[in-house]
Amino acid sequence: MMLREIDRKFYGEGTAAIPAEAGIRRKFGKNDGGRGPKSDISSESYLQTVIRRFKRHHLAAVSLIVLAVIVGAAILAPVIAPYDPNDIAGPFAEGPSKEFWLGTDQIGRDVLSRLLYATRISLLVGVMATLISTGIGVLLGLVAGYFGGVADMIIMRFTDMVMSFPYILLVLVAAAVFKPGMWNIILILGFVDWPGIARLVRGNVLSLRETNFVKGNIVAGMPLRHILFSEILPNTVAPILVYATSVLALSILDEAALSFLGQGVQPPTSSLGNMLNGAQSLTVLTTQPWLWIPPGLLIVVVVMAINFIGDALRDALDPNSGR
Amino acid sequence: MGKYILKRILIAIPVLIGITVIDYTIMCLAGSPLEMLQGPRVSEAAVEAKRIALGLDQPVLVQYFVWLGELLQGNMGYSMKSFQPVSSMIGSHIGPTLLLMGVSLLVSLLLAVPAGIYSAIRQYSKGDYAVVTASFLGSSVPGFFLSLLLIYLFTVKLGWLPSSGMTTLGTQGGAADVAKHMVMPVTVLAFSMAGSNIRYIRSAMLEILQQDYLRTARAKGIGRFLVINKHALRNALVPIITVIGMEIPMLFGGAVIIEQVFSWPGLGLMTMSAISNRDFPVIMGVCLLSAIVVLMANLVTDILYALVDPTIQLD
Repeated sequence: MMLREIDRKFYGEGTAAIPAEAGIRRKFGKNDGGRGPKSDISSESYLQTVIRRFKRHHLAAVSLIVLAVIVGAAILAPVIAPYDPNDIAGPFAEGPSKEFWLGTDQIGRDVLSRLLYATRISLLVGVMATLISTGIGVLLGLVAGYFGGVADMIIMRFTDMVMSFPYILLVLVAAAVFKPGMWNIILILGFVDWPGIARLVRGNVLSLRETNFVKGNIVAGMPLRHILFSEILPNTVAPILVYATSVLALSILDEAALSFLGQGVQPPTSSLGNMLNGAQSLTVLTTQPWLWIPPGLLIVVVVMAINFIGDALRDALDPNSGR
Repeated sequence: MGKYILKRILIAIPVLIGITVIDYTIMCLAGSPLEMLQGPRVSEAAVEAKRIALGLDQPVLVQYFVWLGELLQGNMGYSMKSFQPVSSMIGSHIGPTLLLMGVSLLVSLLLAVPAGIYSAIRQYSKGDYAVVTASFLGSSVPGFFLSLLLIYLFTVKLGWLPSSGMTTLGTQGGAADVAKHMVMPVTVLAFSMAGSNIRYIRSAMLEILQQDYLRTARAKGIGRFLVINKHALRNALVPIITVIGMEIPMLFGGAVIIEQVFSWPGLGLMTMSAISNRDFPVIMGVCLLSAIVVLMANLVTDILYALVDPTIQLD
């Protein structure tokens, strides 16, 4: 949660879109199929290069599979969940058994079914919030970077303001103001997370604007829309994608924290965070660990998988990594 | 240098004013604090009297300027719940927060600096791999979940550590008691801070290790130890300062959830209760304070850069 500010600054500042060496890289030679640096790069498409580099990160490859399984289970929740998540299906607060794999909660709902639906909600919140904030950030960054001048100044000052707000306070206050609930949480997180992306895009646009192909477009009298969205944007997609993965991880963590505090997704709808909410009571914490440990672990696994994938993407998409 | 500082402060002022405006707008959308008073036992007339007493009958813009005017005279207003001055409320809650965050920051740096440097020097080794994986774990575990796990383990199962408050109720407290209460919250905060710090310091250090002056130092044959601990480490101060600068703002607000879980009597706990009571002046006060801290931290970081690295020009 509190990593937010760090990650924002870490990835968001300046024109260096991709901080190199931010994660693990392996030495070439051993694990890249005997290929040296720049061996047959010419015969390889960019996508192939990216995939080859990505696969070198074993943890990321494993994460991708794990995440795919979790996402699949979340999407298929209505099909594979053994019970209705809101139905009272069995005895109150019973431990894991053959019938209820992860036990039941205080009012007899099946924890596994609730967990599946909770994953669905948490992933949905994370993805939607990321889409919104990326959209806002890209748009503001493009405008600020390309037009400069007054527009740039106003946008960047506004970015400064949002960034100097203690992030969690802003989210909490906003959540208290606009009745907590899933869609409000999505909007709040979406509207708070954009400054990092805006700065990143602005920085990249500033340097792209000076390149010959963009200047050529301007001279050729291409429409503005074409220059911005068909020439500049595709050239800054890679860092945006990398940054978006970290926003996704943070959004999922934030939703969990908010729901844990009771300011997020409201029951009876389950989310990974609000399933942990019950653990604030001592009985649940001490005697019913099956109620709060699985959702907690699931958050850790999902967020960690996303972070590993983001890290590998950063490495794989970096055109200057030369490997 | 003086000119630079002045310029930065002048830029910060409109940002600060903007923050108060955003603050106030959100507050107004929040609804009236009088809703909290209403009930069958409170008459309409009493609510109306309260509204006038609190100045809520004025237009929003007027209310804002009244608040701003008072603020410039050092008056942050009074809590609508406890009727205490906001400044004294903040004053009495800031100590525990500073203590908790200061110690956590220190612990996280003690973990992250050696780990990050080790990881950079032994790049691609098993140790590096382990450190980076652990740092990813640190930034992926939700603080509240780790807190619950620790409470479950150390309070419920083992009974070693107290799980809430700052001192044991009914005792005088004392440093040892406070320290005991701090172990778990500090562990949680330091672990998550260290997570991203390690990666930051590692990548900064890797960059430094590739510099020409280090190659020169190595070529002089002064030995690995001196190269790393004298030449490289001194230059690594810049990224380390960056990390501290980025974390100071978190002293305010970052610990909200942890303070809530461990009932630590700090600013975070106070803010949470102010938020649920819609205690406008208190929320405004905390937001303003933290915004000032953020801006100050940025400024101090930039000045420190110039001090440790003479090649950085401020203008």
